[in-house]
Amino acid sequence: MKERGIEFILLLSALSSIFITLSIVFILLYEALGFFKDVSILEFLTGKQWTPLFAQPKFGILPLVAGTLLVTGIAVAVALPIGLIVAIYLSEYAPFRIKEVAKPILELLAAVPTVVYGYFALLFLTPILQKFIPNLSGFNALSPGIIMGLMIIPYVSSVSEDSMKAVPMHIREGSYAMGATKFQTAFKVIIPSAFSGIAAAFIIGISRAIGETMVVAIAAGMMPNLTLNPLEPIQTLTAYIVGVSLGDVPHGTVEYKTIFAAGITLFFMTLSLNILGFWFRRKIREVY
Amino acid sequence: MAEMNSSVKIETRNLHLYYSSFHALKDINIAMKDRQITALIGPSGCGKSTFLRTLNRMNELIPNTRTEGRVMLDGEDIYQPTTDVVSLRKRVGMVFQRPNPFPKSIFENVAFGLRVLGIFSKREIEEKVEQSLKDAAIWPEVSDRLHRNALSLTLGQQQRLCIARVLAVEPEVVLMDEPCSALDPIATLKIEELMQELKKNYAIVIVTHNMQQAARTSDWTGFFLLGEMLEYAPTRDIFTRPKDKRTENYVTGRYG
Repeated sequence: MKERGIEFILLLSALSSIFITLSIVFILLYEALGFFKDVSILEFLTGKQWTPLFAQPKFGILPLVAGTLLVTGIAVAVALPIGLIVAIYLSEYAPFRIKEVAKPILELLAAVPTVVYGYFALLFLTPILQKFIPNLSGFNALSPGIIMGLMIIPYVSSVSEDSMKAVPMHIREGSYAMGATKFQTAFKVIIPSAFSGIAAAFIIGISRAIGETMVVAIAAGMMPNLTLNPLEPIQTLTAYIVGVSLGDVPHGTVEYKTIFAAGITLFFMTLSLNILGFWFRRKIREVY
Repeated sequence: MAEMNSSVKIETRNLHLYYSSFHALKDINIAMKDRQITALIGPSGCGKSTFLRTLNRMNELIPNTRTEGRVMLDGEDIYQPTTDVVSLRKRVGMVFQRPNPFPKSIFENVAFGLRVLGIFSKREIEEKVEQSLKDAAIWPEVSDRLHRNALSLTLGQQQRLCIARVLAVEPEVVLMDEPCSALDPIATLKIEELMQELKKNYAIVIVTHNMQQAARTSDWTGFFLLGEMLEYAPTRDIFTRPKDKRTENYVTGRYG
């Protein structure tokens, strides 16, 4: 009897998370549908200007999508190679003592509040970058992109490292026993063997970058800008949502509903990434 | 079977090994001959696998391992500070207890060793992969599916693939650590036949739990107990007239 009660409570908690997810999706869809009553989907998806708060509003989402992809691309270009190298070092090279110290410190990177990263990008990195790139605007995609990349290194490295460590010792031994060096073993045996886990780590990192808000809201400017030039100010989907949410847009208006339109766009971007990741993992899962 | 006049390939002198403070090998002195099969037998935990792994310095992958004494390969100490472990392991290949192919294609498993050797010509790699698979007596079974994942093979085939992988590197010595313990009797028989072929070109050292296997396949047998090698002699002598009472007890199945 007691067992069944416990089981019921556990079931309830499991269901609650599903319920919350579903209701978020529902609210997003519901409000976004309201938006699409006023604005055609075609205009939304193909318009090149995003000026919902102007007297003559334009509702093209592309500038925000471009901004999101640009910053994400920069962050990923920083985080994936460094994260992978860190993972290889920690999993294959680092002596136990160093690993013991380095791992918690690295994970601390993920614990720093993102608002701190935002100011770090705006007030520290941007001025330094401006010394090398004179035409870099005060607000730009480059600096928050780099900082975000540093921020998501632990996400990439820790999942990658876990999957490399999961490669059984006897596979490593097989490689070493053939006279392979550590480097050959790491790059030609361990990485291919752990590939599905590494891909998952990459996707987690990319999702994290797409969804990141504070850093870009602070340091990238608040300017919807259809460009892939990292030196210009831009705005991402997330930063737009924050900006409008904090402003005094009246409830129920089209301007208000743009939040949900941007939100649903973001949702589909991360959802498709997750599906891709899921499919990837199933397709190439390694059985040792 | 044991030929007295063939040359010594590996010789250990006063070899000791410690895992932290545990004295795992005690004063091992053995001379193993080229183109002969040397079997190492003994109960679990007696140090025979540990000993095998001193011969290609695989023990060093385990932290806090300390080795004392000398291991001579062709008369040269492999524990000198100047020894290049990587090239040592190319000369002394190893087959493990559990077949451990890489999760790659059959072809790539063998080609990996060739690339490690620095061979990159596509034609040469293809030729040598085929030759190694033939030498390991697995070619007819895999020739039509070289690009399938190695893990799709049976365990017995996987083990012969691992042998092919070792042969591709063209070693001088092949170490085998209970290579048949995960295999069924038919797969075991195939490996044993293969060993007889391989012994024409290589020195083979095999650790086995299976005394029949040692008796069937080897020319020389060493009996290990509690980190010591109690007896080492031509296989026939070990099994028919052992000098040490403990060896006799073990080979007649009275313990172990």
